[in-house]
This record gives sequence, structure tokens and C-alpha cells, in this order.
Amino acid sequence: MNTMNLSLALPEIFVAFMACLILVVDLFLSTRQRIFIYFLAQVTLIGAAVLTVQGMTSNSVTVFSGMFIHDAMSDILKLAIYLIVFIVFAYSRDYIRERNMFRGEFFVLALFAMTGMMVMISAAHLLSLYMGLELLSLCLYAMVALQRDSGKATEAAMKYFVLGAIASGLLLYGMSMLYGVTGDLSIVAVKQKIATMSPDDIILIFGLVFIVAALAFKLGVVPFHMWVPDVYHGAPTAVALFVSTAPKVAGFAIFMRLLVGGLIDMSPSWQDMLIVLAILSMGIGNLVAIAQTNIKRMLAYSGIAHMGFFLLGILSVSKTGYTASMFYILVYAFMTLGAFGMVILMSRHGFEAENIEDFKGLNQRNSWYALLMLLLMISMAGVPPTLGFYAKLMVIQSVIDTGMVWLAVVSVLFAVIGAFYYLRIIKLMYFDDAKDHSPIHASMDMRILISFNALILIAGVLYKPFIDSFVGICKVAIAGLS
Amino acid sequence: METVPLHYYLILAAILFSISVMGIFLNRKNVVILLMCIELMLLAVNINFVAFSNYLGDLSGQVFVFFILTVAAAEAAIGLAILIVLFRNRQTINVEELDALKG
Repeated sequence: MNTMNLSLALPEIFVAFMACLILVVDLFLSTRQRIFIYFLAQVTLIGAAVLTVQGMTSNSVTVFSGMFIHDAMSDILKLAIYLIVFIVFAYSRDYIRERNMFRGEFFVLALFAMTGMMVMISAAHLLSLYMGLELLSLCLYAMVALQRDSGKATEAAMKYFVLGAIASGLLLYGMSMLYGVTGDLSIVAVKQKIATMSPDDIILIFGLVFIVAALAFKLGVVPFHMWVPDVYHGAPTAVALFVSTAPKVAGFAIFMRLLVGGLIDMSPSWQDMLIVLAILSMGIGNLVAIAQTNIKRMLAYSGIAHMGFFLLGILSVSKTGYTASMFYILVYAFMTLGAFGMVILMSRHGFEAENIEDFKGLNQRNSWYALLMLLLMISMAGVPPTLGFYAKLMVIQSVIDTGMVWLAVVSVLFAVIGAFYYLRIIKLMYFDDAKDHSPIHASMDMRILISFNALILIAGVLYKPFIDSFVGICKVAIAGLS
Repeated sequence: METVPLHYYLILAAILFSISVMGIFLNRKNVVILLMCIELMLLAVNINFVAFSNYLGDLSGQVFVFFILTVAAAEAAIGLAILIVLFRNRQTINVEELDALKG
């Protein structure tokens, strides 16, 4: 085994290098030339994707003295993250330009955050996992505060910072307990050590509680969800778009690496914890979302509820469950991209389409956008035959396979409650009269991307093999795990 | 020479950790105190790592501490930067007055 094979970490090195390069190039550009930064950032993502595809292997390899793992799951999740960030940049470009945020910092911070996510996805050691997580979090705090003359954005950033720092502290405390018990920081070694011990070891469970709480914080699961609505509401929509999508995919990876990869022998303990978290998330997320009048807050609570459904797959402790969770998180990321993309689309210079009321009569103003929003909402609600339905179906199926029928019933009930606030948006768009008749302007690439983004959610109806291959990719990723 | 047993260190770290968590949740006055509590929390974890590292005779725990210290410095820098923009916008750093976002 070659311990210093740099080529396996080439995408990470490339993205970090390009982010530094963009930081410098930005200094030499005038405001009018700044669009060059945008293209450079998009080229970085395409280049990283090419490097990842070239380096694809089906077997898992660990390099850098057991710090960094390269397997099918890491390749697939990284490619998904490039695509998500690519769409985020495309949606954000006009929005941030109109709000005087079109500076190199937005793209540089997003690319560094992406490097953090890539390190997290490939983490095989508690140290690399922590460093990736912190690189991601620190960039996100700064991005939320990017609109520095806005009181709301800075307040959101402060809240996010304090709660995120607590989560990091909890994670570290849990890791220190694991280290004390097992005497090792490598995730594989921790797993081997735990296999020889009793799973009821009190210090292990003590450490596990801290780790699960920290992961729940980072993912925004009830009762650790307090920051999610405030951050989505306060942050500029372009940043909320980023925070709500790509980091969730990295969150899935951290669950897989740490809980499934390292602490699988303690699954009876964390399964119980995740059941409680999942039920609370689905319940409180869906119920509180009904009371929201701000669409970004509503999407935040809907995201919390979706995280509850996402956990159902993980807590099944089976390969089908993990596959279902991976499918769910990817579908969730694309639905949220579309929904926040619509919020960006409706906003214009000096006007934020933040309230649910702003969607009133969208059908009269532009029936195509109303149709796209309809698709996004029914997919989020989980109405067949959208991808959102298949995602919910798969996680609930995996829960039933493990024999927890009651949990499946509870989750379906909450999904029904959740349908209310998605359908309310559809009602406002189609059955109410528009108060604001101003036309909706968008650039060509934004219009094409958002149409593609929403239409892909019903692609399964038109072309069945699409869903099969999508699920197949998730299966390959999970099968590659040791 | 008699050495201090491991559990003394662990109890000290646990007490410091609890003080910092309580400080974050009970403090209703000043955001700077929140930042101090966050630092204390990371330092409590460092005591844990160093104590375990010495007890196990394994150096990797001490290496981890260096990384935590570095990250804590970066975290403090970002926290203070956010604090400054917050004060510019709000003219206050009172925790209770940070209530524009709710629902």
C-alpha cells in the first residue's frame, strides 16, 4: 500500500488550489470583469468532476497513513456535490450581483466549504473527519454573514456560529471518549477495538451520545434544529440555497463513515437514539412548518422534517436502508435546489420574494414557473409518481423490512400532515389572484437549469430506467463499503 | 513520585465542559462571554485528549490537540469578525436583543 499517493486526493488538491487562485485573480479584476471569477469557479467544478471520474475505482483504497479513503461512495457523493454546487452558482449569479455581493469571496468560500465536504466524505480517521467538518462550518459561518450591512444576516450568522461551535465541541468530546476507550483515532482501528469489547460499555455509550448529538446538530434534526430556520431566513437566499443542499449530502457521508463505518457494533444503542430524533424531526418539522408565513422558514422546517425521513434509512441498519437514505438525501438536495431556486427567481432588485403570499397567482403571471413550482411541491410532499415519492417509499420500505411497522405508520401520518403546507402553496399559485403583476425576469441558463431541475423529479414517469439507474448508483456506492 | 490518576483529569475536563455549556445556555447578557465559553469547551476537550494520550502512551491524541488549538484560533477569528459586523448593524451585543429572527 502506497501511503503517500497524492493522485487519489487530486480532486481535493485541485479544488483547494483553484480556490486560492481565484482569491488572487479576484484582486486584479474590476467590477465589470468580475464575471470571469464566476466562470473560473464553474471551470473548477468541471475540472474536479473530470479528475474524479478519471480516478474512479471500484475497490476501496486508504492513503495518507489511514487518513483518507477512496471508494465508490466517495466518488459518487463528490460528483453529486460538484453538480449541486454548479447549480447553486448558476442560480446565485444574478441574485448576488443585484445585491452587491458579487465578489470573489462568495465563490472562494463556497469552494473551500466544498473542499471541506470532500475531505469529510473521504475521511477514514477522526482527525480528517474533524478537519473537513470545521473547514466546511467555518466557511458557512462567513458566507451567512456575507451581506454585512444586513442586521438579519449577521444575527443569523452569530446564532449559527455559536450553535455550530457547540456542536463541534460535543463532537470532539465524544471523539475524546472514543479515543480513551479504544486508544486509536483511525476509524477502522476504532471499529476493530469495539468489536472485542462489550457494546454496553458505559464510556463508549457516553461518547456515542455526544457524537450523535453533534451529528444531529450539524444536520439540523430536532431537538438540535434551532439554528436551521434562523439561518435560512436571515441569510441571503443564495447562501441559504448553498447551506441547505450540499452540506446535507456531506452530512450523509459523516453518518456513514462514523456511525456505520466505525460504530456499527454499537448499532442497537444509536438505533434507539435515531428513532427518537427521527420521530421528533418529522413531527415538529411538519407541524411547525404549517404555521410559517415566510417561505424560507417554511422550507427550513420542511428540511427538518425531511431529515427525519432521511434518518429512517440509516436507523434500519441494513444496506437497503443506507441505499434508501442516500437516494433520499440526493433527491432532497435537488428538490431544495429547485425550491430555493424559485425563491431566487421570484426576487428581483430591491425585492425579496420571502413571503408565501408572494407566490399568489403565479399561474397568471407565468404559468410555466407555476408548473415547475407545482412539481417541486408535490415532489416534496411525496405524491406519486415524483422522485420525492420514491425516496419516501424506499426509506419506509427499509423500516418495514427491519420489522418496525409502527415507525412506518407514524412517518406516513406525518407525511400526510406535511402535505398540507405544500398544497397550500399550490392553492395560492393557482386559485388566488396575483397582487403583483410585474413580469419575472431570468437569464437563459437559469431558466433552462430550473426547468431541468424540476422536470427531473418526474423523469421516472416518462422514462422508468432513469429511477432504476439512479437507485443502482446508490446501491453500488453502498456495496463498496466494507 | 506519585502521579495524578487519570480520572482526576477526566473529572476536571468534565467540570470545565459543563461550565462552558451552562455558560452558553444561561448567559443572557453578552455575546463575548459566549465566545469565551466556546473556547473553554474546546480546551476542556484538549485536557481529555492529553490525559488519555499520556495514559495510553500513544502520541496521536497530542497531535489531535494541536489541530484543535489551530481550529479554535480560526474559529475565534471568525466569531469575532461576525461579532464586529453584528455590533455595526445593531449597536448592541446583548444576547437578549438578538431576536429579530423567530417563528
